Amino acid sequence: MKDNTSTVAVPAPKAENNSIFRHARYVVAENPVTGLAFGLFILIALCALIGPYIVPHDPLASDTTATLHPPSLHHWFGTDQLGRDIFSRVIVATRLDFIIAIASVALVFALGGFAGIASGFFGGWTDRIVGRISDTIMAFPLFVLAMGIVAALGNTVTNIVIATAVVNFPLYVRVARAEANVRREAGFVQAARLSGNGDMRILLAHILPNIMPIMMVQISLTMGYAILNAAGLSFIGLGVRPPTPEWGIMVAEGAANIISGEWWIALFPGAALMVAVFCFNLLGDGLRDLVDPQRRT
Amino acid sequence: MLRMIAKRMMLIIPNLIGVVIVTFLLTRALPGDPAAYFAGPAADKQAIEQIRVKLGLDKPLIVQFGRYVNDLVHGDLGNSLSTGQPVVTEIKNRLPASAELTLFGLILSMVIAVPLGILAAVKQGSWIDHTCRVVATAGVSLPVFFTGLLLVYVFYFELGWSPAPLGRLDAFATAPAQITGFYLIDSLLTGKLETFRASLSQLLLPGLTLCIFSLAPIARMTRASMLAVLASEFVRTARASGLDNRTVIITYAFRNAMLPVITTLGMVFSFLLGANVLVEKVFAWPGIGSYAVEALITSDFAPVQGFVLTMAVLYVVLNLVIDILYGVIDPRVRLDA
Amino acid sequence: MKRREFLKSATALAATSAVTAPAVFSPAKAQSRAETLLIVSESGPNNLDIHGVGTNVPGYEVSWNCYDRLISHEMKTVDGKQYYDKDKFKPELAEDMNVGDMSATFKLKKNAKFQDGTPVTAKDVKWSLDRAVTVGGFPTFQMAAGSLTKPEQFVVVDDNTFRVDFARKDRLTIPDLAVVVPCIVNSELVKKNATEKDPWGLEYTKQNTAGSGAYRVASWVAGTEVVLERNDAWVGGPLPKVKKIIWRIVPSSGNRRALLERGDADISYDLPNKDFVELKNAGKLNIISTPYSNGIQYIGMNVKNPPFDNLKVRQAVAYALPYQKIMDAVLFGLAKPMFGAPADAPTQVAWPQPHKFNTDIDKAKALLAEAGYPNGFETTISFDLGFAGVNEPLCVLVQESLGQIGIKCTINKIPGANWRTELNKKVLPLYTNVFSGWLDYPEYFFIWCYHGKNSIFNTMSYQSKTMDGFIDGAVTAAATGDKANYEKDVKGFVDTAYADMPRIPLYQPYVNVAMQKNVSGYQYWFHRRLDYRALVKG
Repeated sequence: MKDNTSTVAVPAPKAENNSIFRHARYVVAENPVTGLAFGLFILIALCALIGPYIVPHDPLASDTTATLHPPSLHHWFGTDQLGRDIFSRVIVATRLDFIIAIASVALVFALGGFAGIASGFFGGWTDRIVGRISDTIMAFPLFVLAMGIVAALGNTVTNIVIATAVVNFPLYVRVARAEANVRREAGFVQAARLSGNGDMRILLAHILPNIMPIMMVQISLTMGYAILNAAGLSFIGLGVRPPTPEWGIMVAEGAANIISGEWWIALFPGAALMVAVFCFNLLGDGLRDLVDPQRRT
Repeated sequence: MLRMIAKRMMLIIPNLIGVVIVTFLLTRALPGDPAAYFAGPAADKQAIEQIRVKLGLDKPLIVQFGRYVNDLVHGDLGNSLSTGQPVVTEIKNRLPASAELTLFGLILSMVIAVPLGILAAVKQGSWIDHTCRVVATAGVSLPVFFTGLLLVYVFYFELGWSPAPLGRLDAFATAPAQITGFYLIDSLLTGKLETFRASLSQLLLPGLTLCIFSLAPIARMTRASMLAVLASEFVRTARASGLDNRTVIITYAFRNAMLPVITTLGMVFSFLLGANVLVEKVFAWPGIGSYAVEALITSDFAPVQGFVLTMAVLYVVLNLVIDILYGVIDPRVRLDA
Repeated sequence: MKRREFLKSATALAATSAVTAPAVFSPAKAQSRAETLLIVSESGPNNLDIHGVGTNVPGYEVSWNCYDRLISHEMKTVDGKQYYDKDKFKPELAEDMNVGDMSATFKLKKNAKFQDGTPVTAKDVKWSLDRAVTVGGFPTFQMAAGSLTKPEQFVVVDDNTFRVDFARKDRLTIPDLAVVVPCIVNSELVKKNATEKDPWGLEYTKQNTAGSGAYRVASWVAGTEVVLERNDAWVGGPLPKVKKIIWRIVPSSGNRRALLERGDADISYDLPNKDFVELKNAGKLNIISTPYSNGIQYIGMNVKNPPFDNLKVRQAVAYALPYQKIMDAVLFGLAKPMFGAPADAPTQVAWPQPHKFNTDIDKAKALLAEAGYPNGFETTISFDLGFAGVNEPLCVLVQESLGQIGIKCTINKIPGANWRTELNKKVLPLYTNVFSGWLDYPEYFFIWCYHGKNSIFNTMSYQSKTMDGFIDGAVTAAATGDKANYEKDVKGFVDTAYADMPRIPLYQPYVNVAMQKNVSGYQYWFHRRLDYRALVKG
């Protein structure tokens, strides 16, 4: 008897760990694109972290004797209209765009996620009010609402982040609410309540961790959207302030130069932007497969 | 059915009220002083104050809001500062341009994305599936204005295949008689084939830009929906009964898979109407998107308010139409309601 | 590059035949294309009447071409270009002008008719000028610049004779009658469309032209296009050669350039400087560049508040600015430098003229330390987003340069619609702006920009009794024809301006126009907009 229990108890935890990694490996093998996306993500994060320290030129240093040079050995991505090295600017911009993406997502997750699970869990007036706010936001054409917020508050990185968060709020509320609703009557919630946990505690310590996997999918898609949003705002002049390097504003500035043949000014930041957004989107797909294969699209 | 519509109407009212309030506050928060604009470039502080009083902009916000709502009820959306025209007229003139462009882009997108999604679903897990996913995702990963400018560069400037990005019609062509406001339809109705050809060629590039941008959601939804349906019981029965693959996929699976896709279409359409602003700027398209952007940049309240309100109403109507369509297509929904 | 050029021309050849094929379907269309001029620009008019409320600058172009004024200017040739002669007037609606001591009498052309057939009479002239001085806003302001302020000054002598009484002796009164504002409006037609709330008929003239000018607006879709047709009964000058003008709004500058290069548009004048230089070098288009009359782009500082109230700080900034970098990278050489005059150059009796400062970082640092800011300070530099193409890179370069002497600037972009409001508040510490006056006289510029009267154009809040003395002296001397004192005072106020440096001139901008090779007849006017009446196509 004693022997039985001991032989049963020990291998169990190891098997659990193995199964997550095995599952992940299986998903990546099934879907090599997801693996690519993971790899890209790590590369981007690396660029954001150490980029500014390893770039060959100062991204802000203008050199009017070397303006609009095409890519060369000295300037890998060429120079822009003020003679600044585009390669350095693209790498340094990674950090700002990464920050914009992460900050937007953090904000909207905190606000929308919490509002969503609260309204799904409590129902009643909480649900109605959050629903009203959500519907009002959704009634606006989203990009125009973002434009309006940035125009009204001023074009700083903070306001761009706020605008992106506001515009994505309804989506997060919807997903979180649905998840919380489902788990409202779940066994573990009942158990927590019985043990004397207050509602807030249940929400934060029990429900929130459980919806994280689903939210992760949404989060990575929103990261891509945040960067595209910033680019669109830059095109109409509501983006970050110069001379800060940011992919979107570099594309917007370089757009007028395409016709005159200086394709490198817009193409390289555009490609970087596309790779990042692409990576985030594919990551979202991959995470979805990992977390909840039933929801695969 | 009528009860559902009535119930919907009830829900719409608080939404619209919310939209009106938020728009009003947002435009008032815009940095910019219409009084200074009206007073002209040489006005000093006194002159600006005089104009401010004349325009009623010195009254407290509540009073201004009351005046605004009063105007709304009478169908007066105010005048635009930058064009000097009544907003209602401008929106009426420009809406068909945006609607035609968006619909064209959407139809083009559907024609490409739906078959792509079906293919990806049928050949799930193969390299076709992965390629479809990559292509669709790539389209949505570029800023839409960049895609537009690239297309102009390649197809107009370098290759000369497309006409000049001068808007809906070449400067020297005349617009067809105004029946629906859609140049394609109007030119066909009045038999002007030359105009039809001209407006179609102007629509191609901007339509293509919008299409590329909306491939992903439609393709994704089609794929997911098809996958779900292909795994369902009735399809299994159809296959078991010996029907060939083609019939199963197109006649049985596809028809049933279209329902969620239609919902997505509605969402994508309203999303595109909003994203239109950038495309219209690139192609000099005289739609309400470019109208709103210019007004926003110049802190011109009235058009922005009018634009947002119009969009909100359109969005609501669109969702209603989709729900009704849903009820028509799927009897189960009708029975539930 | 070469291969691209070849491909471009080859495909252009193939494409033009493909693209213009439809036009050839209908020979009528091809013919009309040859007789029509297509202008593309970034923005269009918001009002067809310059007397209207809040009319924007493109609206002035419509007014200039569709309405006549009593007199206009002759043209002279400068550097092979047609330039308006500010001292020589020519009759437009008036066939004769008699300038007396305190009044000027005009005889109107007997066969002058408005575009609806009604003859032009002195009554119409009085109504129009009364309107200009009464409606307020910019038109009234501009009239006042030439001492034209009261309707009492405008007198109908008889149907064909009109008199303007001077309020005081002012050299600017006659030139002020030739600017865009005192246009002659068809008073009967507009009065028919006026209401009690709108006695001057501004709502009607906003949408319709009611003048006697060489062109009339056949259709106007705000924000999209303006279509103008020639008035074949025009008597203000020789009949224009172009029968029809289409003015299309194309917001994207890249597209405007593409249209010009492919030959689909005839004229554009608001492209980025870089494009003008490249188009000129490519040689396929006519590019004409003319300096702004009486106009300067400058760096302004608020001299009422620290730190810019300190002369040494201002001088430090004047030594720290990257003048040549701006000329090269921002303007691509398309401007006249207003800096770096030799130290021994005598002051001219002219404006604009360059100052003697040039980029000298060491001198700047020394001056800043002397001023008491050895470690620099922080401030913001603001600019008008409406002209971001030039202002943004300019401010980035200035920010970088000032950073070298310890002045840390944050860049503040102000949307075009709010720019004047913010500027007029006179609290911006450091900014860049451009000012130019329609009347090309040095004292005119200085009255608005440097006089202690503190007009809104004195953006620096500059006050100096010495300066005021010189400016007032110059105005009086000009009015009485006292050449000696005039020259003394002009040199005086220019020297004072450059000693005190409340604003630092950077350059005199150029007006650039790009036209197809078969388009000619461009004239430079003080308002810097296009005059369609002299243009020729083919």
